Amino acid sequence: MADPILSVRDLKTQFFGPEGIVRAVDGVDFDVYEGRTLGVVGESGCGKSVTARSVLGIVDRPGRVVGGSIMLRPAGGGPAIDLARLTNEEMRKYRGPEIALVFQEPMASFSQHYTIGNQIGEGIKLHMGLDERAAKKRSIELLDMVGVPQAARRVDDYPFQLSGGLRQRVMIAMALSCDPRVLIADEPTTALDVTTQAQILDLLRSLQQQKGLAIILITHDMGVIAEMAHDVSVMYLGRAVETGTVKEIFEAPRHPYTRALLRSIPTVLAKPRTRLPTIAGSIPHPFDRPKGCSYHPRCAEIIGAVCETAEPPAVDTDDGRQVRCFLHGGMEAAKAGVAA
Amino acid sequence: MSETILEVRDLKKHFPIRRGLLRRVVGQVKAVDGVSFSIRKGETLALVGESGCGKTTAARCILRAYAPTGGSIKFKVEGREVELAGLKRRELRPLRRHIQMVFQDPYSSLNPRMVVGDIIGEPMLINGMSDAVARRRRVEELMELVQLPRAYYNRFPHAFSGGQRQRIGIARALSLNPSLIVADEPVSALDVSVQAQILNLMLDLQDQLGLTYLFVAHDLSVVKHVSDRVAVMYVGRIVELAETEALFERPLHPYTEALLSAAPTPVPGAVSNRIVLEREIADPANPPPGCSFHPRCRYATDVCRQVLPELQEAEPGRLVACHRAKELSLAGVGAAEHVVA
Repeated sequence: MADPILSVRDLKTQFFGPEGIVRAVDGVDFDVYEGRTLGVVGESGCGKSVTARSVLGIVDRPGRVVGGSIMLRPAGGGPAIDLARLTNEEMRKYRGPEIALVFQEPMASFSQHYTIGNQIGEGIKLHMGLDERAAKKRSIELLDMVGVPQAARRVDDYPFQLSGGLRQRVMIAMALSCDPRVLIADEPTTALDVTTQAQILDLLRSLQQQKGLAIILITHDMGVIAEMAHDVSVMYLGRAVETGTVKEIFEAPRHPYTRALLRSIPTVLAKPRTRLPTIAGSIPHPFDRPKGCSYHPRCAEIIGAVCETAEPPAVDTDDGRQVRCFLHGGMEAAKAGVAA
Repeated sequence: MSETILEVRDLKKHFPIRRGLLRRVVGQVKAVDGVSFSIRKGETLALVGESGCGKTTAARCILRAYAPTGGSIKFKVEGREVELAGLKRRELRPLRRHIQMVFQDPYSSLNPRMVVGDIIGEPMLINGMSDAVARRRRVEELMELVQLPRAYYNRFPHAFSGGQRQRIGIARALSLNPSLIVADEPVSALDVSVQAQILNLMLDLQDQLGLTYLFVAHDLSVVKHVSDRVAVMYVGRIVELAETEALFERPLHPYTEALLSAAPTPVPGAVSNRIVLEREIADPANPPPGCSFHPRCRYATDVCRQVLPELQEAEPGRLVACHRAKELSLAGVGAAEHVVA
């Protein structure tokens, strides 16, 4: 495989609130490749959205990136740039032309006071230096590309005049307006109906094939991951607990959380009225993150006197996967840590 | 077969669209437009469909949170049959205890200023159970039933996770021993790992107490895990109604087929022959002539564009509203074992 476009190492993002520090993202590693989709999956509070926002440098106060690197390989070659070290001003150059974001809730992410053409055109004028007319022409092309019918007429619509599915298409058009190489899609279909979801996922796939986009797809839905992702990173309370190819993760999950999560998903393939295997308890509040492995209070395969106290390191397994669980290695390091 | 406790016939709920200075009625949103189904004692009937199909409106008409525009809702209670559709507020009062609701959002459906014990006990208080000791005993019994520690009696809702809050909501709905529970998207606001716990709890309670559920949901995979029969709605009407297994394995309506095909499954590479519907759901204020689904249907013919298909019995126990139901052979999803790695 070629070098990754984006390489994130030991990313840490924390929120400094009046009640204490929340370690929303606590040492996340991943690589994103051209033409491939990395699926980041997890339940609420696992830090998947904060990870996306950290990459783009748009973490809201009182949060900020406190450690790690976000290396972007520039389009023209040359040394990689660490986005985590850029000022907000410098970061602007990369947001849009290099990395773009599709938000979950299209209604909340558009301004209601400008036409969609106006909002798509804004980035184009800023980054590509086009004038008003050329920007509008490009907006229409983009709307056409994402399958908005009668694009030349729709370009003058306001967001409230569009349905949820169309709004999400416009959002994708806007994200693609400056030809980014990396697209981050944060729950792009969660607010949509299933038939509309199928349309949007198809669109993302075909755009990826046309343009060789690298996509980071953030979702809570394992079904969407199975369908879209090439590589998967499963997150729990701010950490990637397991990373591998989609086939590996679904067919032979290693981490007890991944295994339990996959078993607990309702599916249309199940027998009617079957009880689902569950994960005991609920996700802890970020202020009371459990000591040791943060999954240990819910884990069915807990190793006594180890998991409660020591944090499992990320271990590369022989098949190229990364797992954070003492069942799959890292015990020596933990013992050494205890001894020291 | 057990007795029918709810019989809905030709239920309609139209909302007027008003415009202009005089608020003249310029049209009608036909949110529910001729829905018929029945629920038997002890079963779960699922009402599924996408947003705007009228599933929630239909459920609210049955709860009589809305006054229906037309049709009848016959409800069997204490050995007699009552017509809910025409009743006035005062007449409804003594009947309300028999139909209870579980809400979608456990964060906004519990009063943040009341402790859990009072939330669960409130319906009993309102319905004349004034003995505080007996009420407390019953609340504790209910808490045990939904697997909430009794020690939480005096805690406020904010101290609970989404799943625990939904347990509180279920305990409250059970407090008056209702004969029908309407659950509107009871798990859609929950995380996957918690969703499974609540679905299991609903199944267990049904087995233990013989509950009857009307389960309103958009998620077909959730529906498959809880329901005995499924009614699929599209633009205010039921397009197909069948036993769960039959509907999933061999749908008779093209819309059901498309919905099943669009449901994401946690199996990599399973999407090769997905049906992607074109265009969007029809506007219930201005539905297309003929079958409302015809503009998106790949099997549509001239008759579909002109004549509205009635919901008819296609096979014993199976109803479908499609002109071509007999000739089409549609793809379902198999009853394969749950994928466990």
